[in-house]
Amino acid sequence: MRWLRTVFPPLLVGIVGLGLWEISVKVGRIAPFILPAPSAIGEQFWLDREVVWRAGLASGANALVGLAFGAAAAVLAALVAARVRLLAEVSVPVAALLNALPIIALAPILNNMFESTSSIPRRVVVGIVVFFPVFVNTLRGLREIQPVHRELMDSYAASGWTVARLVRLPGALPFLFTGLRQASSLAVIAAVVSEYFGGLQDGLGSRITSAAAFTAYPRAWAYVVGACLLGLLFYLVTLVAERLSMPWRSP
Amino acid sequence: MTAVSVQGVRKVFNAGRNDEVVALSDVDLTVESGQFVSLIGPSGCGKSTLLRLIADLTAPTAGSVTVAGKPARRARLDQEYGIAFQQAGLFDWRTVRRNVELPLELRKIPRQRRRERADEMLALVGLSDFAAHYPAQLSGGMQQRVAIARALAVHPKLLLMDEPFGALDEMTRERLQAELLAVCAKTETSTVFVTHSIPEAVFLSDLVVVMSARPGRITDVIPVDLGPRTEATRQSAGFFTAVTKVRKALRGTPTAVTADT
Ligand SMILES: Nc1ncnc2c1ncn2[C@@H]1O[C@H](COP(=O)(O)OP(=O)(O)OP(=O)(O)O)[C@@H](O)[C@H]1O
Ligand SMILES: [Mg+2]
Repeated sequence: MRWLRTVFPPLLVGIVGLGLWEISVKVGRIAPFILPAPSAIGEQFWLDREVVWRAGLASGANALVGLAFGAAAAVLAALVAARVRLLAEVSVPVAALLNALPIIALAPILNNMFESTSSIPRRVVVGIVVFFPVFVNTLRGLREIQPVHRELMDSYAASGWTVARLVRLPGALPFLFTGLRQASSLAVIAAVVSEYFGGLQDGLGSRITSAAAFTAYPRAWAYVVGACLLGLLFYLVTLVAERLSMPWRSP
Repeated sequence: MTAVSVQGVRKVFNAGRNDEVVALSDVDLTVESGQFVSLIGPSGCGKSTLLRLIADLTAPTAGSVTVAGKPARRARLDQEYGIAFQQAGLFDWRTVRRNVELPLELRKIPRQRRRERADEMLALVGLSDFAAHYPAQLSGGMQQRVAIARALAVHPKLLLMDEPFGALDEMTRERLQAELLAVCAKTETSTVFVTHSIPEAVFLSDLVVVMSARPGRITDVIPVDLGPRTEATRQSAGFFTAVTKVRKALRGTPTAVTADT
């Protein structure tokens, strides 16, 4: 029942929205070359399903590898930064500055640094994009420790790393997952968009640009839908992982 | 042997600022080995601060604190005491059992022994059925009992407790008072115990230390000699005499403190 109540309203809004969209295009309010009707996109999606699947797998792999390495690096960096007070104070503005740079703009440079058959440039872009939200959130979680917990660990004469392992890290898990949720969507966006700038052309991004170049708009949109589904999948998997890794939070 | 010796201790928070607080001044206290000492006094008189000083969780502004014949810092590093704070301070992500096991884990006690000890302590505080629960699934009073079990689990020579029974109902409270005394007697533990309850202080203690606020200091030390405690002790004439004596001391009425009651 609870499940139904959380799923039903957005589903209803989605269906009504799609209906309005279809009608607007059909009665000529929106030109089909600007925005094709959902039925046309759906049809194209079905026709191209195999290519969408393969391109989705390629982009998904890039997003996943980049996410894994970027997030792991961010957690390690946060652990070190949390242990050294000076680093923690310096690192957040530096990380924010790096984040403000258009990381996607690195894609063409990275593409030129590697062979054109290499998947590494796109994965590196994903890793860099993912780093910031995970780092900042995890660091905040690591630095937040209840005074009573600190006193208790002091009374056990526990070392800094013991406290980090037994108290700070588990205490930071909710923060880490807040970062990962943001990062999981960003990872897919970065994996898709970084293909717009050359490099190996086997993912969703290159399909979108080439379809658009041939003015095959329904097809371009079909791949956009594929990218949406991929992003949604990443987000949902993160949510499930969050649930599983913090059993004390679920009722 | 003295378990705790506090000499000429003064504690000032935020010294030199306009929110300066003299939490403790001229505090001398000696806890003999095996003794049960209660600290009682109005809110804000520095009971928790005194306990923290003994635990070396905060440093005195002046004076010295000795625990088990060593400077308080050395004693803390040697893990000479067990402590239960005013808040339970359990770890949300550990089950009740694993919370109790934590201090044992840090002392590198093997898994099997750890588990046995934790289960034994949980039985003592009446929470055996909740060993696999998470703290969030427990009431405040139950969480407090887990914290007590955790403090007792290491069988410390010195036990420091800050209003551990504050959140408990009267029945549980009296049962745990008796259990605590039994454990302390069996393991020859010395205890410093903060409480707001006069009957509790009298029932548990060999010595009731009465404090007053602004600045926090010790105004009276009342020995209580009621022999081994039983449930009958709570109804005895000596018990009521001691209660009255502590109450008068708390009101600031000068009392002639004698060695017995
Ligand atoms: N970390 C701190 N910083 C500043 N002031 C503090 C700090 N800790 C305690 N104090 C002050 O020291 C005084 C004594 O506090 P303490 O917590 O020891 O009182 P208490 O006797 O335990 O009170 P209660 O019975 O309410 O627990 C209070 O005036 C309090 O405001
Ligand atoms: Mg207190």
